[in-house]
Amino acid sequence: MTNEVSSVAQARPRPIDVQAAVEKLNALTGAHVASYLDACVHCGQCAQACHFHEVTRDPRHVPAMKLAPITKVYRRHKAPFAGLRRTLGLAPELSRQDLEDWEELIFDSCTMCGRCTVVCPMGIDIASVVAVSRQAFVAAGLGPADLLQAADNARDRGSPLGVTKAVLADRIEWLADEFEIPIALDRPQADVLLLISSIELMKYPHSVSAMAKLLNHAGVDWTLSTTGYESTNFGVLAGKADVAKILISRITEAAESLGAKTVIVPECGHAFGVLRWSGANILGRPLPYEVRHITEFLARCKRDGRLRFKSVDTSVTYHDPCQISRRGGATQDARYLLDGVASDFREMTPTGNYNWCCGGGGGVQAIGRAADLRHDVFRIKMRQVEETGANTMVSACSNCRLTMDESKAALGWDKELASLVEILAEHLEEDAPQAPDPAR
Amino acid sequence: MTLLDFVEGPLWYVASSVFLLGVVWRLAGILLAGRARDLSISRQSPIAGALKAVVLHSLPHGGNLKRTVYHFVSGYLFHLGLFALLLFAAPHVAFINKHMIALPWPAMPRWAFIIAAEAAFAGLILLYVRRLTDPVTRQLSDADDHIGTWLTFLAMLTGCLALQEAHTGLRVLHMLSVEALMIYFPFSRLMHAFTFVLARANTGATFGRRGFTP
Repeated sequence: MTNEVSSVAQARPRPIDVQAAVEKLNALTGAHVASYLDACVHCGQCAQACHFHEVTRDPRHVPAMKLAPITKVYRRHKAPFAGLRRTLGLAPELSRQDLEDWEELIFDSCTMCGRCTVVCPMGIDIASVVAVSRQAFVAAGLGPADLLQAADNARDRGSPLGVTKAVLADRIEWLADEFEIPIALDRPQADVLLLISSIELMKYPHSVSAMAKLLNHAGVDWTLSTTGYESTNFGVLAGKADVAKILISRITEAAESLGAKTVIVPECGHAFGVLRWSGANILGRPLPYEVRHITEFLARCKRDGRLRFKSVDTSVTYHDPCQISRRGGATQDARYLLDGVASDFREMTPTGNYNWCCGGGGGVQAIGRAADLRHDVFRIKMRQVEETGANTMVSACSNCRLTMDESKAALGWDKELASLVEILAEHLEEDAPQAPDPAR
Repeated sequence: MTLLDFVEGPLWYVASSVFLLGVVWRLAGILLAGRARDLSISRQSPIAGALKAVVLHSLPHGGNLKRTVYHFVSGYLFHLGLFALLLFAAPHVAFINKHMIALPWPAMPRWAFIIAAEAAFAGLILLYVRRLTDPVTRQLSDADDHIGTWLTFLAMLTGCLALQEAHTGLRVLHMLSVEALMIYFPFSRLMHAFTFVLARANTGATFGRRGFTP
């Protein structure tokens, strides 16, 4: 009986509000997006940069295809000469079928990594158009259920993985006991607010203790906060602008109540990109604190002489999280931190700002039905690492790490994956003399 | 009034007006769509990023030359050839001097015209062959892509036929094809000749402030 009900439910057409999508796309098409839609010449070079096209060779996976739904609405409603086009019948309205056909392209097969922007002769940033399009698809009632649920969890329970304030307090207490590391929670007047990602807390808790160890050793006056602790912003990834604003507000409220001057985003690429570069725009006012990715902050501590490290005795390569390097501008900090730690450091080709994505960015990691596609994309990374001959691939993003760990298991790959902060904490020279914190 | 007088007189002014007003209208429409101020604290200058992106995206970068060499070579052949013909072909220089402004440069010699024309035709044909044969571009292409290509091709072809100025009819044909191209231009993807600056500058400003211009 249950199965029958389920199959009937699946067969029933989904309610899709096409008009809501049209209105959202119209509202979000400013000069920025319009300049992109008016510049694409359909040359298809973006296919050469997209990991999804690289592994599937499916022409539908050319990034420029993702512009089609919004272009259709733009040409009918908002573009110059839209009225003329409508009069001549040259600008059909967006259809229910369009939305259904494009849902997979807008959500499952775009990690918003921005590689296609580099290769585009027009410089079109397709990732930002995909972000806008996701909002419209969600307004229409579309979008992967698991990705949307992650955003709702973040809004209702504090984190996409259900890390409530109580769970946070329990896990932090356990971590502090287990690793014998002081971890401050809700310490008033702290200079620095450290955020965590629930991926770290639930799947890679050693990452959190590693950050605590490094910050403590560097003499940083820091704390976690139960008011605002989750760094990930599934509101942005799932196209839910209201949730995105709530999540930024929580962090800001926490920082303001503490009087924190700096907010550190942990090893999470999109969390950094959203808070550092979109946070103020989402909130509608400048952020009253500086935002630093953990690699940026630790690099500053190392430059100041507050952190010194021992050498790692294995060959290491570094995977650049797209939102930290290419789209975040903090490409060199991880390398500076690894300098002297990884005595046998080997760069991938391409690397840095031109890296290949792990396959799970842009919320794709949370989309269960995209798993096989993600694993296929990971083969690019496997090939890159094998070409370097390095034994260990280090990254500074727990979302990349989770994506790559899952793909590694699915494909039976034997290389080591590691977190940058964990490696740094393991190889910290704890007896080395420390310089004072210049900020205090 | 002969047909030549008509295409070089009233029709020329109609086509020029549609072209100019259309281009201005379209660019104004894009720019006036509005853009919210970016409230994030910039790491580097957005203006420098915008300028850098406008230049940077004229060349393959980021290790992509090998993957995009076909478009790079054919694109440059076509565009360089076309602009050389447009601005330096002897009949064009004479026409512009007569109908618009006195150009401060001489016309190019015949041998240069031949080279420029060959480059432009080779580039355009290579790009169109790619559009028709590559599964990616075949899927992306719509009627506008084909119409724009054919109008450009016809303008170039009739221009070469009219070069000797041996037959008035060929000159009329060239003027008609150019005027059709000019009238079609503002409504089409040919506008990328102007919009490329806006798109590149937008990306350059957005990401330049972050510290890396992609």
